Order: sequence, then C-alpha cells, then structure tokens
Amino acid sequence: MRKYLAPAVILLSAAALLAAPVPKADQAAKPDYSAFKKKLTPDDQVLNAVDRLTFGPRPGDVKSVRKMGLKKWIDLQLHPERIPENPELATRLEPLESLRLTPDQAAHRYPTPQLIRAVAQGRQLMPADPLERAAIERLVRRIKTVRGEPDNDPLQPRTPLDQLLSPGQIRTLRSGSLDQKKELLASLAAGNAASNIDDVLIALPPPLRNQLLPAATPDVRRKMVMLNAPQQLIAYDLSEGKLYRAILSNRQLEEELVDFWYNHFNVFLDKGADRFLVPSYERDAIRPHVLGHFRELLESTATNPAMLFYLDNWESVAPDTQRRPAAANRPVRGLNENYARELMELHTLGVDGGYTQKDVTEVARCFTGWTIRAPQAGGGFFYNDKVHDKGQKVVLGVVIPAGGGREDGEKVLDILAKHPATAKFVSRELAQRFVADNPPPELIDRMAKTFQKTHGDMREVMKTMLRSPQFSSQGAYRAKIKSPFEMIASAIRATGAELDYAFPLAQQIAQLGEPLYRKLEPTGYSSVNAQWINSAALLARMNFALALTSNRVPGVKIDPDHFTADPAQMARQMLFTDASPQTRAAIEKALEKQQAASQAADAASPAKRGGRDQKPKAVPPPPSAAAGSTSALVAGLLLGSPDFQRR
Amino acid sequence: MNNRRIFLKNSALAMVGMGSAPAWLSRALYAQDAPSPRKKVLVAIFQRGAVDGLNVVVPFGEKRYYELRPTIAIPQPDGTADSAIDLDGFFGLHPSLAPLKPIYDAGQLAVVHAAGSPDPTRSHFDAQDYMESGTPGRKATADGWLNRALMVDAAGPESASSPVRAISMGSELPRSLRGRNDAVSINNLNDFKIRDARGADTFESMYTGTLDKVLNGTGRETFDAVKILQSLQQQPYQPGGGAHYPNGRFGQALMQIAQLVKADVGLEVAFTDVGGWDTHVNEVGAKPSAGQLANLLGNFGQALAAFYQDLGDRMADVSVVTMSEFGRTAKENGNRGTDHGHANVMFAFGGGVKGGKVYGDWPGLQPEQLYENRDLNLTTDFRDVLGELVTRHLGNRQVTNVFPGYTKPRFRGLVAT
Repeated sequence: MRKYLAPAVILLSAAALLAAPVPKADQAAKPDYSAFKKKLTPDDQVLNAVDRLTFGPRPGDVKSVRKMGLKKWIDLQLHPERIPENPELATRLEPLESLRLTPDQAAHRYPTPQLIRAVAQGRQLMPADPLERAAIERLVRRIKTVRGEPDNDPLQPRTPLDQLLSPGQIRTLRSGSLDQKKELLASLAAGNAASNIDDVLIALPPPLRNQLLPAATPDVRRKMVMLNAPQQLIAYDLSEGKLYRAILSNRQLEEELVDFWYNHFNVFLDKGADRFLVPSYERDAIRPHVLGHFRELLESTATNPAMLFYLDNWESVAPDTQRRPAAANRPVRGLNENYARELMELHTLGVDGGYTQKDVTEVARCFTGWTIRAPQAGGGFFYNDKVHDKGQKVVLGVVIPAGGGREDGEKVLDILAKHPATAKFVSRELAQRFVADNPPPELIDRMAKTFQKTHGDMREVMKTMLRSPQFSSQGAYRAKIKSPFEMIASAIRATGAELDYAFPLAQQIAQLGEPLYRKLEPTGYSSVNAQWINSAALLARMNFALALTSNRVPGVKIDPDHFTADPAQMARQMLFTDASPQTRAAIEKALEKQQAASQAADAASPAKRGGRDQKPKAVPPPPSAAAGSTSALVAGLLLGSPDFQRR
Repeated sequence: MNNRRIFLKNSALAMVGMGSAPAWLSRALYAQDAPSPRKKVLVAIFQRGAVDGLNVVVPFGEKRYYELRPTIAIPQPDGTADSAIDLDGFFGLHPSLAPLKPIYDAGQLAVVHAAGSPDPTRSHFDAQDYMESGTPGRKATADGWLNRALMVDAAGPESASSPVRAISMGSELPRSLRGRNDAVSINNLNDFKIRDARGADTFESMYTGTLDKVLNGTGRETFDAVKILQSLQQQPYQPGGGAHYPNGRFGQALMQIAQLVKADVGLEVAFTDVGGWDTHVNEVGAKPSAGQLANLLGNFGQALAAFYQDLGDRMADVSVVTMSEFGRTAKENGNRGTDHGHANVMFAFGGGVKGGKVYGDWPGLQPEQLYENRDLNLTTDFRDVLGELVTRHLGNRQVTNVFPGYTKPRFRGLVAT
C-alpha cells in the first residue's frame, strides 16, 4: 500500500491545483448574531416596535405607545378585535363595492374578457345598463376589428358632449382649476344640472375623462375607471382598499399580517379568473385567519377558487379519469402538480423541508378533484369525487389508504401543518419580516417550538417573537428596508397628508417595484432587503418623496404649514429619531444653497427695488410660499433619505 | 472602488484626484480623435411565459406538425401573409416575423431549434429561475449568468469599468443580472434622474455618504449612472437608419439599449424581457396572421428589426440573443392553444453571428421522438448557445465560471471565431 501513497498524494494535490476554482455564488460571510444580544434602550424599543408592527408612526404615535406601555400596546395589537376602528376607514371603504361581492357577483358585475368576447361573437347580449354597455362596447369593437369581423350590433348612439353641456362647462372640464372641475362634476353627479352624469361620462373622450379622475368624487371616479375597462375596477378597489387600511386602520398589526400572509399564499391578480376571485380570497381566506391557527389558513387557501385557479389545481384530475364521449377529441387532462409543489415548497415545508419529487406527485394525487364550479362565471369550490385519484398514496412516509375521497387532501394538510419543518419555515419567514433578514436561529427555534406546542396558533407564535429579546435588540433595530408599500404608506402617515384618493399612490408603489396583487410568481414579494434596492427603485423613492411634499402626487395633499422651519426638528418629526450626521449635513448644505439662490434672486429682482421697469412682470411668489417651499423641500429630502428607507 | 468616483459636473468632466481617469472613460472622451477599442455588447432578451417555439419557427417540412395541430398550425409557405416564411425549405418563420427575414437573408440572424433547458420542470417560475441563474436544477444559486459573464477588466484596477456596463430595462433587477458585478436597473432612460433639480446633489451626498452599506453601495452606482446618462437625456433620441420602433414597453426598451450602445458609455451587457407568451387558449386567431401569438410576434419582430436598423454599423459589436423558459406541447390542446412543454427556439443575431441558418439537431415530432410523449425534445442546451456568445463574442473564456456545473459545453459554431 505504501508505495501508492506518494503518487496518490501527488495526484490529490495536482487535482487541487488543477481544479478550476468555481466561484461560489455570493455567499454571506458567516453570520454574526451578537447584535441580537444587545438590548435597546426603552425609547428605542418603542420606536422599533412601532416601526415593525405598523405601517409607520403617525405624529404622536410613539408618544402614546410609550405612555400606554410597550407590552400592553403589543398585546393590544395582537387582539385587533379589542381595538376600536378608525371611523374614517369605513367611510373610505364604502364606495369600493367590488370588495364586498361574492365571486359570482363580481364576475357578472365586472365582465371578464371572456364575456366581452362572447358579446362580440353574438353569444351574449349587450348588457342593458347603459354604463355597463358603454364600458364594454369599445372592447367589443376592438375584438371585432382584430378578428376582421363585421359589426352587427350598432354602436349605441352617444349623445355628443356639446349637447349635454354648455361651452362654458366643457371649458371648465378641459382647463378649469381643480376646484372648478370638482364643483362642476359634483353638481352633475347630484343631479342639479340638466344632464345626467352617466351620459356625460360616456360622452367624454377617454383621455379627458382620465384627466378628470382627481376631480371626481369616489363614486364618479369608479364609474370612470369602469368605462376604461370593467375589470380594472376590481384592481382599483383592491389597491385603494389596501392603501386606506394601511394608512388609516388602527389595527395596524392585523394589516401588516394580511400583507404578509397574502404574500405567503400569493395569488397573481391578472391570471384569468383570478381577476375577480382575489377580493373574496383576501377577505375570506386570508384576513380572518391571520392570528388564528395555521391549519385554518391551509384549509381556507386550499379550498379557495383563487388559489385553485392560480396554481391550476382546479384542472388536476386523476390520470385515468374516464373521458366523457362528448370530450373525446380533447387531449387527456391529467395530474397537475403545480399546487402540490408550491404547497410544500412555499406554503409549508420550505424548499429544504425534506420532500421529494415523488411526494409532490403523491400530494397532487391527493388533491385531484379539488376544483371550482365554472370558474369564469365565479363559481365556488367544490370537491369532484369523479375525477379523484382513488389509489393508495404515500406522502412524506405516511400511507394514505386507497378508496379515499376529499379526506385525502385534508390528511395532507394535517400532515403538513404538524410537520416540524413547517413550524420552522413559517417561523423563519415571520422573523424575516418582523425582525431581520437573517434572524438568529435561537429565535426561530423558540418560535417553532411555540408553533408546535400550540398546534400552529399564530397569535402565540407572534407573541413569542414580539416578546423575545431578539426583537428588541440592536440586531433588529432599523435592520429592515421598507418595502415600496411600507415606504409610501409610512410617508403618508408621517406627514399627516390628506388623502383624497389613494389610487395614484398604488401607481407609485408599482414604480418602486411592488405592483400590488401583481406578483406573478407564487413566492409572493420577498421581504428581504436586497429585493427592493436597485437603481431604478431607489431613484423612484427619491422622486416620489420630492413629488409628495411639493404636492405633485395626484390625490394627496400636504399642508405646507405642517412642516416646521427648523430642519433638525423636522427630521425628528419625520423620522421619529435624529437624522444621521450625513443626512443632516447634506440638508444643511442644501439649505445654504437655497438661501444663496433666493438672496441672489432678490437682489436681481427689479420688483423688489420698486420696479423701475414699466413692463408687466410675473408676480413674485409671496414670501410665505417660498419659505413653505423650502420646508417642503427639506421634508421631501428627509422622506427620500437613506434614514427614512429603514424601519 | 475609488477609481470610479469621477465627478461629472454638467458637461464638463472634472477628475478628482484619484489618479488618471479610468481607461474606458478616456476612450469615450477621445473617441472622436482616436478609434477607440469599443466594447462588445451582449443583449439578452427573455420571453417570459414560454413562447410556442413550434409556431415561431415552423417545421413546415414535417407532416406530423400539421397532424398535431389541426387548427393552429401555420400553413406551409405559399407567398401569402397567412403562411410561414420559408427559411431553408424545412423551417419557416411565423408570418408576423416578416421584419426578421431580411436579417436572416443578410446572413446575420441565426435560429437554434429544439434548444432550451434540460431540467424537466414545467413551472414557469422554476424554469425562469433556472435559466436566469444559469444552473438548471439548482435552486441555491444566488446570482445570474449574465452578471457572471462580465469579466474583471483585464487592463487592471486603474481601468475600472463603467457604472453602466450592465443594465436591465425595467424596475426590477432580474435574476440574470444579480451578482457581484454592479448592475443598474433603468425604468426609463429619460427619467433616470432626480426630477427635482433641487434635490439631486443633496440626495447624492446623502447616499454616497451614508454608513448604511446596502444603500451606500447601490446609491453610488445609481448616481454614477445618473451622471453618465445625463448627457443622453439632453435631446430626444433619433433612431438611425430610418428605424421605427413599435410603441410599447419592449420597443422602448430596445430603443434605449440602442441609445446606450451608441452613446459609448461603456455598456457591455443589457437585459430586457417581454411577457404574454403563455398561450394556453386561443393562441392563433381566425387566420394565422391574427390572434394572440401573431400580435405578440408582430411587436417582437418589429422591435428587433428596428434595433438592427437603428444600430447599423454598430451591430458589428452587438449580439442579441433570445430565450424562453421552456417551449410548449407539440399537440394543440382542446382550447386552440398549447400547454407547457420542453424544448424551444432561440434567436441570435448581430456581430459575429453566422446567420442565415437554422442550427441544432431537429429531433422530429413522431410520438417516440417527443419528450415524455408530448413535447419537442431537447437537442441543444441553452448554455451551449449563451456560452458560445459569452466566449466568442464577449471574449470571456471562463465558461464554466459563467455556467457552474456545465463542464462540457458544445458550441455549434454560431459565432465567428
């Protein structure tokens, strides 16, 4: 043996030398959790908790939490039913009708492209309601043009605008001030004017109609969106609803958790029938269970049409399903593994949770028959035993005997809910969202233990996390970058901005990289910092901040008198803590420049010197506005600063 | 990265005491005076949603194709606008890709059929992830192939690379460009700045001065990029060669990439994507030249052709490659559409590409020739195509670093050596 050792050693070293160093993917340095052992001061603990449990403090929030006591406040947030809700929220949510409908109602009230196509093909009549009809007429026309088909159904003759409104009124709509437009639209809607608001809306050319969105009341605005495309209205209502809740609700932790769990059990709004299935999904499958038992969440999402459609389980049938004669020329539909895989990979065990491809197939077999009755017509969940795979299955080592029905899928949900990997995976995700990107293992372990002990009681798991030393440690303090949704909601809350309507904010959030309800992949939006930080998104945050404070975001109004003149004080007002030295220095420099610039302008302005010029001059802005614009600038700089991006 | 801290004040260029300017900047500055060794550019285009390759480049010479797709097959070339455009007597282009035919005839456009990822997944998300990370089957890879394709500049640390050497058009940084090299996501070139001039300098000093490492790093890249791109934003861009880009996100993205190439700002790799290809239902309209796929391909082809025309001579330095996460079923489904499949078609055109040919080994569509009895079988790994472009066009010979685990790439000779 010995004589082979030397060459072997040589071979090994040679191999080591020759082996092309494959660059590892960017590996995090071995994590250092020592910061999670360092406790925060009481004041910082409060700020930390408010930052994490809410969508950002409003003026006075930190003080009132301190007064109540942190533990008491956290406990209260864990029991949203004990928190009296902000009455303004109900007022705001009231017009958002589509959020209250069943899928069946939503499908019919907001016609799908399929329905529109059916009308185009003459298989369905145009709706009677003139607004609905007008809404889909243009789309029907477009389909017919694309297909090169003749148009049998004459366009409903529209009363032209100039027969409905006076020239003066039309001028107002086109070029009046915002207040004038508001007044006119309001009087039309109230029925005070001679013409009906619906007729006017229908008669307006679409570009002008869209320009008038900021001037309309909520109801009229929804009609305008409806006329663009009926199903856009659902997306509109969803975005508005989500924003109003984040900004106005007193049950802040509940709202954070709805956002978290929706992402965890993500559904993409724009996939087919999901366009009208999502409102009831969020309302019925997610919201009621965020502080309940995990098994309930599994059940509610597994049986919800939105999820079944999104992950294709509604089409999954046993491979040997007898084809009906009428369907003879259809290809054999079979097992669809999409839901089964994501159920284990993303909803419960996690990608390293120890399941195999075989498990995926077996789970898929268990869920055959979990389907939707007529999804495009808004039908509900139903279990179809005829297409269920009745064979024996083995899932994660557990035998599920042959001959079962719906209970096969229920058993899988039971197994997954109880699995230790699930407790760990869910705990880790929560800790990532509420503590830090890389939470210390001991915290995750404690949360997982609570999870298993309480059979997945999410309230208890949250309690373990929020009362842990790690949560109130330096390791957690400002460790998270705000998601676009959080950044914008917190900016509105911090500035006390007046919200006329929220939809433009949703558009901004999309610009920052998080189009609401529109994450295509079932992974949902990640809460990890790196997800949100890239050049386009960063510039978008800064641009948003400046636009917001100079009142250039439609639908939002900021009162310049809200801001104090002193930048240090304003920083504390916006950030609820002192600005970093770098931010402070940058702002001070900006103020110096502003001073210098306005002094130079003053010196050069003839108006100030008594106006020797006889030529008409533009009126110089009154001094208070100029000062206001400086403090608005400072506020914008603060909201766009690195400081404000953290929570 | 001190040597990248070059401060550009308006149109004047002022170097701040870090030694000489990076080589790339010198080259750009003196471009008019001396012929600069211009960088090669690779543009990667991802068709998200699994485009139906069999209807994009039609195997009209295969009788079985018509048996498998009684209602949605594209007819054999007959000179009309509703039939395939003959490429080589067996394959033809979808009629809506007519704008690409001249590029093929000029010997600049190559087609690779039955290409893609060997991984069996038919999940969009997984498959896109695998293709973008460049490691099919491996979920743990954190970075992307296009980022790894960038080389550390051989000329040494003095000649640091441009802040805009790697860009992605869009508001997200795609997986393909994640990694250790700086990459910038640009939503809109004209908007890539702080709109309110009063805030620009202040934000820059905040973000480059902050102790927050995460924000500092990206902040610096961003503001460096903003400055470089400032001059491009002065005037509206006029495409060259009479090129006319179609309206819409994809056309605009390609136009802006062209703009960046021509501006000599040091661009090396660019990425953009285009979606909507997931045609499960009603893929083809009443006629082959109508319907979902036709509309998508019309936009796609026009944009690519406009890019080609716009760049003109500069195409010598630029290669474009297209890919999609997987193909679609050989047989049409019961809804005039197709379902998730396996192998697909890739296009490559531009500098150095030996076009005018359909590459790859056509496996056939007989039942025993299909993958899992349903999909086009794979005969060219996507890494063979991308690898060849990275090696022979970009000049990065460390192909196994770009595609870890792919130890034996088989280049098909798409690119001139």
